[in-house]
Amino acid sequence: MDENKTLVKVRDLKFSRGGRMIFDGVNLDIQRGKITVIMGPSGTGKTTLLRLIGRQLKPVEGSIIVDGEEVTTLGHRRLYELRKRMGMLFQNGALLTDLNVFENVAYPIREHTNLSEELVRTLVLMKLQAVGLRGARDLMPAELSGGMARRVALARAIALDPMMIMYDEPFTGQDPISMGVLVRLIRNLNNALGLTSVVVSHDIEEASSIADYIYLLSGGKVVAHGTTDDLANSDSEWAQQFMKGKPDGPVPFHFQSQPYADDLNI
Amino acid sequence: MTTRIAEIWVGLFVAAGIAALFMLAMQVSNLSTYNSDSGYDVTAYFEDISGLKVRSPVTMSGVRIGRVKSISFDKERLSALVTMEIEGEYDTLPDDSSASIYTAGLLGEKYIGLEPGAGSNDCEDITLDDSGEIKIEESTDKDCKPSTLQQGSEIKLTQDSLVLEKLIGQFISKFLDDDKKDTAK
Amino acid sequence: MISQIQSLGHKALGFFQRLGRGHILIADILKGQPALFLRPSLIIQQLYSVGVLSILIVVVSGFFVGMVMGLQGYNTLVDFGAEESLGVMVALTLVRELGPVVTALLFAGRAGSALTAEIGLMKATEQLSAMEMMAVDPIRRVLAPRFLAGFISMPLLAAMFSAVGVLGGYFVGVGLLGVDEGAYWSQMQASVDLYEDILNGVIKSIVFGFVVTWIAVFEGYDAIPTSEGVSRATTRTVVHSSLAILGLDFILTALMFN
Repeated sequence: MDENKTLVKVRDLKFSRGGRMIFDGVNLDIQRGKITVIMGPSGTGKTTLLRLIGRQLKPVEGSIIVDGEEVTTLGHRRLYELRKRMGMLFQNGALLTDLNVFENVAYPIREHTNLSEELVRTLVLMKLQAVGLRGARDLMPAELSGGMARRVALARAIALDPMMIMYDEPFTGQDPISMGVLVRLIRNLNNALGLTSVVVSHDIEEASSIADYIYLLSGGKVVAHGTTDDLANSDSEWAQQFMKGKPDGPVPFHFQSQPYADDLNI
Repeated sequence: MTTRIAEIWVGLFVAAGIAALFMLAMQVSNLSTYNSDSGYDVTAYFEDISGLKVRSPVTMSGVRIGRVKSISFDKERLSALVTMEIEGEYDTLPDDSSASIYTAGLLGEKYIGLEPGAGSNDCEDITLDDSGEIKIEESTDKDCKPSTLQQGSEIKLTQDSLVLEKLIGQFISKFLDDDKKDTAK
Repeated sequence: MISQIQSLGHKALGFFQRLGRGHILIADILKGQPALFLRPSLIIQQLYSVGVLSILIVVVSGFFVGMVMGLQGYNTLVDFGAEESLGVMVALTLVRELGPVVTALLFAGRAGSALTAEIGLMKATEQLSAMEMMAVDPIRRVLAPRFLAGFISMPLLAAMFSAVGVLGGYFVGVGLLGVDEGAYWSQMQASVDLYEDILNGVIKSIVFGFVVTWIAVFEGYDAIPTSEGVSRATTRTVVHSSLAILGLDFILTALMFN
């Protein structure tokens, strides 16, 4: 694989929390300009992976290289420089509740640049236009629906024109229309701005429809990866179970327990 | 809440806080009566100063003219050394003034009362003439002034603090003595 | 038995971990202070929500405390014929003790709990995480200005409390009970020392302000990011601040007036 085309390179990643191993040797490559989807059952630490890439958490072992920089050992200043080039869309948007929509989008611009008020306004309106919420600029976050809040957060994430955006479960709990809007937005932004996108999701249909490449995580490891078609036609049981949504398979229906008969004292 | 209104409120808040501090300093405390620069120090030895404290008032004719600055024990004279700070404007106290420790009211604070002396007669020439009479003449030296208490002067005449226990003790012993005399008769 | 010892050890370790995190946080906050002077608007906003919004409760409480002391003090002092000393009593009590202590307790309840809840909720709704990912350090951007505002506000509020309390005592003592006005003020001025009493009171209030805002900011930042976690953190702020204030007051009083 060409080095320059890989933006994020994760090697032998190990992470544990509360004595539980969440990642046990994960290897991932995220290509520039592509949409990479990371899927897996709930509780496999998909969100944790994003936080590790953004160094909000520190791994026990392994290396994470983002745009040529080793994130795990980066100093405070360099880390913050790197984060300016990363955007992250949180599950519920995580808008600053005391600022209105306009100020939320303007926030990273004001924090990191000294642009004139006129220019800030133009930039913010451009970003809001891109997510179709230019008319909602005066609303407070509490007045927005969940889908709108995510779109505002997306506008905020692209405010500084980052090189990559990480989406944390962007489709969860959305009605079909908002879901469709978000799917289209992710695709369009990726193409129009030349972004690299990392989407964490377990909505197979939506995620597959935009994915250039899919990683399937389970039990702290990558169990399958490939393009949508690769996975759909894969003979891996994991892939089959997850892509088709079978209730039982390598991921058992039952939570780990003693044999049923023993438990009932028969 | 626009920034402007917030700023105005914060401005008022800080101003009110500083005004309150200022009021405490000027109106409540002794700052207005503090003239530590312009005063001069005078010392006096007392046998017993019980109850007198640093910052106790120093008065003359009942008017406060200074404060007790420090109290220490003189190892050689085995008595208490009191340093008083007299305000600068009272610079005409005769150097033979006396100091006594009084109590304000029955249970009140101790304070030092100064009583002016006659003023020593440096400005009068005292001579013994041939006939053996003492002759006192006004000094011919026009610059002469009566000598006064100055920075570092010592007040020689002092009277100690009255201690209630001592008074009662004296009273009882006197009473007992009288009793003995009566029985002796 | 063993398990009880173990749980004791677990709690002790947890306590020391929290203590350690608290100290690391305060070090980071203090490191972030110089940068604040480049952005005074951040401090102004927080001074408004921490300081200005606490004025009302502090001033009203101060006035009532002063009035009560005027009333109680008068009733006691009049038995000794010493009602002229009312001003001294009211002023010394307020300036040395009640001003800093009661203000700090009110401040912990009014501003401290609000700070904890605000920061805790920002954490629970991932706003702090979002800031980190926008390359904005939440310790410098959110915690440091709130800390500084609390630190500045406390001595000002305590001074207001004492000043208003002295006026409250004046109102009751002189206005209602007929203590001589001149005696009220002059005895007060004769006995209250600028350095020993007022300055020490101000130092106390500064120390309390530091500790209360530190606890409040730390509890918010360290809260478990759920609604229950935030509510517990808020309670802890009030309880721990109050205990810290009273404990520190004893230590400071012993050091200052001994």
